[in-house]
Amino acid sequence: MKGNEAIAEAAIRCGCDAYFGYPITPQSEILEYLALEDPYNKRSGMVVLQAESEIAAINMVYGAAGCGKKAMTSSSSPGISLKQEGLSYIAAGELPCLVVNVSRGGPGLGSIQPGQADYFQSVKGGGHGDYRLIVLAPNTVQEQYDFVDLGFELAFKYRNPVLILSDGAIGQMMEKVVLTPQKDRSVTLPSWATTGKTPDRERNRIFTLNIETDVQENHNRKLQAKYKVVEENEIRYQEFKTDDAEYIIVAYGISSRICMKTIQLAREKGIKLGMFRPITLWPFPKQKLFELSKNVKGIFAVEHSCGQMVEDVELAVKNNTPVKFYGRSGGVIMTPQEVLLFIESEMNK
Amino acid sequence: METVIEKTNVNVDIEALRKEIIKEENIVFKKTIGLTDNPLSYCPGCGHGVVHRLIGEVCEEMEIIQDVIAIAPVGCSVFAYDFFNLDTQSAAHGRAPAVATGVKRTMPDKYVFTYQGDGDLAAIGTGETIHAANRGENITIIFINNGIYGMTGGQMAPTTLLNMKSSTSPYGREMDVHGYPLNITDMIAPLRGVCYATRQSVHTPANVRKAKAAIKKAFEYQKLKKGLSIVEIMSNCNSGWKMTPVQSNKWMEENMLENFPLGDIKVPQDK
Repeated sequence: MKGNEAIAEAAIRCGCDAYFGYPITPQSEILEYLALEDPYNKRSGMVVLQAESEIAAINMVYGAAGCGKKAMTSSSSPGISLKQEGLSYIAAGELPCLVVNVSRGGPGLGSIQPGQADYFQSVKGGGHGDYRLIVLAPNTVQEQYDFVDLGFELAFKYRNPVLILSDGAIGQMMEKVVLTPQKDRSVTLPSWATTGKTPDRERNRIFTLNIETDVQENHNRKLQAKYKVVEENEIRYQEFKTDDAEYIIVAYGISSRICMKTIQLAREKGIKLGMFRPITLWPFPKQKLFELSKNVKGIFAVEHSCGQMVEDVELAVKNNTPVKFYGRSGGVIMTPQEVLLFIESEMNK
Repeated sequence: METVIEKTNVNVDIEALRKEIIKEENIVFKKTIGLTDNPLSYCPGCGHGVVHRLIGEVCEEMEIIQDVIAIAPVGCSVFAYDFFNLDTQSAAHGRAPAVATGVKRTMPDKYVFTYQGDGDLAAIGTGETIHAANRGENITIIFINNGIYGMTGGQMAPTTLLNMKSSTSPYGREMDVHGYPLNITDMIAPLRGVCYATRQSVHTPANVRKAKAAIKKAFEYQKLKKGLSIVEIMSNCNSGWKMTPVQSNKWMEENMLENFPLGDIKVPQDK
């Protein structure tokens, strides 16, 4: 199954209520797969709608999420930029939703080949105001599938938008996937949702405006307190051959898949290389990386960008050991061999 | 006109009279339960409050308060979620029809309406408006047209008349610089997804009654799943136009209605 198809199938099976999308390469298979499956009529009753723009799609998600529904959208880099306004509102309104970015090379229209240059946008904000997205970075098609259900679980647990930051390679590659049984769509909606004001309760309002500055600051503090709980409880990462490693690669998504091979090649040459893979890009697993960095000779941040995640790596490592960056961009995919060449040249400096 | 002031009978017991007046059987007018008790943020004399009341009354009379989800815009009516005694979502600027689509598609048995001004609906939200209309979303758009951006201080709107002054067209709207006033309701009415398009106003009591009937009709068509209904309501902006409320209503009748004629633009054809 293709990575993009896995997202779509997972959405149906995890009991998602609505998907709103707009075509953009390299993720259009998500909308196409859902259109073909026609879950509204043939499977779970999930709404699938092609919107007139990415902006409309994210605002449709806002509306459905405001009713307490499991709503999602997907896009690729330029389209995700258009969704930033909506994401800021969704985060401010504390609505749960899932957004998938099958990212490509940028900036601008960029290329349609895989890229990881949306890291800053994903983990540092993107839209206006003090808010955070919970960001999950899959590196297999199985994880693409699994993170849809996990994403919704986290979104509803914290009433916060969750972003799956994938890339064109994971979205387009085909791998075996273990599917999960069909879950029912939820019939009970959260108490805060706009479902029609019944006489037994006050009206429910979904809004993001606070004209009084202290009210807005209190709201911001409440959001920050929530983000702190997320940071304490939801950090996910994977270690690969770090036990005896003298050097560690930090990579996520497609880069981490490529670096698995780099590590194999390095180990054949007797270089003790391991990898640390952040699965949650926000919250970033900085404490674990800090611990690891105490016992190694060097850390290599490897990304398909001109150097974005490396900043968080440097902040986490806190000068424990040198941090070097290697990246390709614009849709160019690095080879395991070129990463090894870079690492060897740095080791010999 | 000569004003006649009746002499007050000093022998009347005022307290007793008050008690008599507020007896349940003597009450002739009450605020609708479709509105909250929050004081409106609108300028005195503005038509927004009247339209709010009409929507509240329609919801009360149709007994659908528990079945309505309202979408508030950005603009003067940004606080609409505090005035309607309804479950309400506040949308980003211009995005209300998309938000309403998300609500209606997942809550198809609810009445969903957006409440939008001319800047929200006919400028920044043009795309969302046209496409929600073209999809025939079963929602109702209540569109307040006062020819100006009121909330931000009286800037030129897409519906500002030619030669009309605003803070961003201080010498009057010029055709060759700013283009023409946009009749968006007429524009979307021919779309097959639109079942009902009408233009009403709230500048006289007779028009207020007609506007209310139009809102009710729109909600009834929504119940029948006939497609998108839009009720444009011409309203004054006495602050923005820098007039008294009375002057502004007169000015509206004399100037705005020529560009934006009142009446039904489209009604459902089938039975």
